[in-house]
Amino acid sequence: MNKDKIPVWSLMLALVLLIAVLFSANLLLGSVSIPLNEVINICIGNESDNRIWTNIVLKSRMPQAITALTAGAGLAVSGLLMQTVFRNPLADPSVLGVSSGASMGVAFVVLLSGSLGGVALSSLGIIGELALTVASIAGALAVMALIAFVSQKVRGNVTLLIMGVMIGYIANAIIGVLKFFSVEEDIKAYVIWGLGSFSRVSGNQIMPFVCTMAVLLPLSFLLVKTLNLLLLGDSYARNLGLNLKRARLLVISCSGALVAIVTAYCGPIAFLGLAVPHLCKGLFRTSDHKVLMPASLLVGAAMALTCNIIARMPGFEGALPVNSVTALIGAPVVMSVIFKKNKGDANE
Amino acid sequence: METIKIKDLDTGYKGKSKTHVITRGINASIDSGELTCLLGANGAGKSTLLHTLSGFLPKISGTIKIMDKEIADYSERSLAKVISVVLTEKCALRNMKVTEMVGLGRSPYTGFWGTLDNEDKKIVDDAIDCIGINELKDRMMHTLSDGEKQKVMIAKALAQETPVIFLDEPTAFLDYPSKVEMMQLLHRLSREKDKTIFMSTHDLELALQIADKVWMIDRDNGITIGTPEDLSLNGTLSRYFSRKGIVFDQNTGLYKIDNEYTRQMRLSGHGQKYSMVRKALQRNGIMAGRDMQSQEYIETGDLTTDRYVFHAADGGTCHASSIEQLLGIIKDYYKDI
Repeated sequence: MNKDKIPVWSLMLALVLLIAVLFSANLLLGSVSIPLNEVINICIGNESDNRIWTNIVLKSRMPQAITALTAGAGLAVSGLLMQTVFRNPLADPSVLGVSSGASMGVAFVVLLSGSLGGVALSSLGIIGELALTVASIAGALAVMALIAFVSQKVRGNVTLLIMGVMIGYIANAIIGVLKFFSVEEDIKAYVIWGLGSFSRVSGNQIMPFVCTMAVLLPLSFLLVKTLNLLLLGDSYARNLGLNLKRARLLVISCSGALVAIVTAYCGPIAFLGLAVPHLCKGLFRTSDHKVLMPASLLVGAAMALTCNIIARMPGFEGALPVNSVTALIGAPVVMSVIFKKNKGDANE
Repeated sequence: METIKIKDLDTGYKGKSKTHVITRGINASIDSGELTCLLGANGAGKSTLLHTLSGFLPKISGTIKIMDKEIADYSERSLAKVISVVLTEKCALRNMKVTEMVGLGRSPYTGFWGTLDNEDKKIVDDAIDCIGINELKDRMMHTLSDGEKQKVMIAKALAQETPVIFLDEPTAFLDYPSKVEMMQLLHRLSREKDKTIFMSTHDLELALQIADKVWMIDRDNGITIGTPEDLSLNGTLSRYFSRKGIVFDQNTGLYKIDNEYTRQMRLSGHGQKYSMVRKALQRNGIMAGRDMQSQEYIETGDLTTDRYVFHAADGGTCHASSIEQLLGIIKDYYKDI
């Protein structure tokens, strides 16, 4: 046992260091080049000679980095919860229709405000942003409550999974109808929201976002023993003293809440939730959630920070949509890890 | 000691509109220190009964008392300390070590984080040792064979330290020697650890040889319980598979395949050669034996003679040096007639 413990801890430590490096890189790199010593100066609270630089670092890069870090961690943990509770390697936070619920909430606000109220939401500024967040959380939580209710009524995991997918379809259909009756500008605003971004969370909103996540993430850590038992399948888990209904409710609620909050602030960000748990299982070669949980959190944060840097690389004017970057960068990484792992198994 | 007492138990599935009862009116008890086997054809209700006794399925009516307490009165956690199960469902566990898997058997006893203390670790080691899978300890679950996985799950059940262990077809998917080994292992556990072991199986012959008690479950006759020997004597076993093609041999206490016979043949001879010729002829649809009536007959001789002699109805004889040759001669003989 002791032989294994050292690599686990050193890997974790390496991940923490990697996150620190990536976080700094997020502050340093961007379309405007700011010298390293100036960035350090600004970060430790000294006034910089250049007010614009101070603004860029503190009001744009810093919140973005914090958002990416938190969102990445949240999505990864949420994905891990989903994959374990459904014992399905393809499950991810969006599979239960929670992100579709969030999208539906946003679609209602964005598209209806234009068609019915006669105002384009994009022109409303801060209030509009807040309305989006609230709508998205409301939509996501509504779907989550529905799923949680269904999870207490149906026995099989597959049934529940199908229910979730169906609810997702319904939500998307409603979005389609709303789009059909909307004006062009609003549709564009909705599409842009759907691309996902870590830069949408501005200075005022970052505190509530980070605080909620700081409550939800530790909550999911409390589910470690439950998750390990769920790995064995329903019957074995029950025989080992697990209250299945309660366990499912807790895990799904936790996962759903994490996705709801992240989606509300960053838009639907795909891929991280699906890929990171696989990456961690490959890296740490364990199925023990005492290891996988912190590992997913760290790797998720690191991945999101990396994607954020790439999305903002000098040369890409504006910023690339995060959703495209996560998939473009992440998919090959995951494929190579899984490929290597399979080869390893064959040699065993 | 009586650990499980069942009274007027009906098992089945409760639907919205109607209840589907599968087995009715079971009255029985299961003792500790014994291996009890549940036998029955596919669809007779073995799994349903086993799942009901494990608390996975609600019972339709009746009482199930485990250690003198009604099963429904146990909380999840306290039931986990009384009953452990080994199931047919295959866990697709990747990246989990055998020790970790067996360690999960300690879950009902561990605290909030599920961490094993030194005593738990010792119990896990003892369980692994008892099943004899020490060499698998550091292997990953997904690299094990079906039989090895099954043993790990039994080690898990031992680590769970329950007086009762239920196993759903633990011998399925195993090759014959592994089946025997598995049954003997379970029998040994029941004796050494005074466990109440109740398993369902399709391996009739093994069950009849190794089990202390046998439950025969059947749609028409319900459940019949007894030692394999008693069930053999009172005719339950021969009645049991009263289908075409299987007969119960009262002499050996085992089942054999019943061929359809087209003719009879008298045999003379002794010992091994006599029984082998008899067996070969039976396979070919000829009921053979000392007391059969036929014009033709075969001298099988005994181990001191080196040939078989076939006496035809017209008095002619043919000699054969192997059973294969003898069968050929007989085939030709009947073809000519």
